[in-house]
Amino acid sequence: MSNSLDAYLILSALLFAIGTFGFLARRNAISMLMSIELMLNGVNLAIVAFGAFIPNLAQDGSVIALMVMAVAAAEATVGLSIVIAIYRNRKTPLVDEYDAMRR
Amino acid sequence: MPRGLLTVIASMFVVGTAIGLPVLLFLLGLLKTPEDVLFFVFAEVLLVSALLVVTMRDIIRCGLAMIVCFGALAGIYVIAGAPLVAAAQVLVYIGAISVLILFAIMLTQTKAAPSSLVFQTQAVGAALAAILLAIIVVITVGATGWGAVDQRIHTATDELATLLFNDYVLPFEVVSVLLLAAVIGGVFLAKREEGGPS
Repeated sequence: MSNSLDAYLILSALLFAIGTFGFLARRNAISMLMSIELMLNGVNLAIVAFGAFIPNLAQDGSVIALMVMAVAAAEATVGLSIVIAIYRNRKTPLVDEYDAMRR
Repeated sequence: MPRGLLTVIASMFVVGTAIGLPVLLFLLGLLKTPEDVLFFVFAEVLLVSALLVVTMRDIIRCGLAMIVCFGALAGIYVIAGAPLVAAAQVLVYIGAISVLILFAIMLTQTKAAPSSLVFQTQAVGAALAAILLAIIVVITVGATGWGAVDQRIHTATDELATLLFNDYVLPFEVVSVLLLAAVIGGVFLAKREEGGPS
């Protein structure tokens, strides 16, 4: 099981699907950002698994995974500060109450 | 029966199932090696804590479950033969991003938020879409020949460093500039305006 690429890819697919559900279904903006982190982790797991099992990608997988991690950190920083800035104006973290452009 | 005792019994049951099930499968011969057992334990911890992240009501508990999820994923990276990525996962995700998210939760939650509805009205549709996505991807993974070998390739740290600072040195520098820009942008966006709302 731990020696087959398929197990890792299926695990990463399930993690990505769970993240998709959270992103589409949660009302809280920070919950949505946490779901995005789950999806990024799922993709990262797939990249590491490709690096671990395909000889052509042997070292590159880890390098690309490290790059994805750095970009994810940048994304989390900017996303959370945007949420905090919106919260300061609207006094709510729930995304369905951010309706200023709908009225 | 007191509530604390029930919680203790329930958590012992959960931990016993999480460790006992793969050991049972190992004894039955479905899992071949000790690494398989470890992979199974980490995989079930990962999936259960990820489900808790997207379904629990209390958002602080969601954040704590997310830390468990990242830790289990670091274990899976170790099993996959990428120890440096696992170390970076612990440092970046458990150390930095989790703390950032917990701080953002503390800054943005009001008293009313946890008691109100957690899910949007489109939650059922979202669940169906997520299940469909999972099924499609799993079928695709099963039907594709990846040209994979049957043995894990261990990533040595010195080879990785050589590759990172030779072939990938331009992306590396671009990422460092991106992180600097993100830090400045984050500070600018989150700082209080002069005379604005507190």
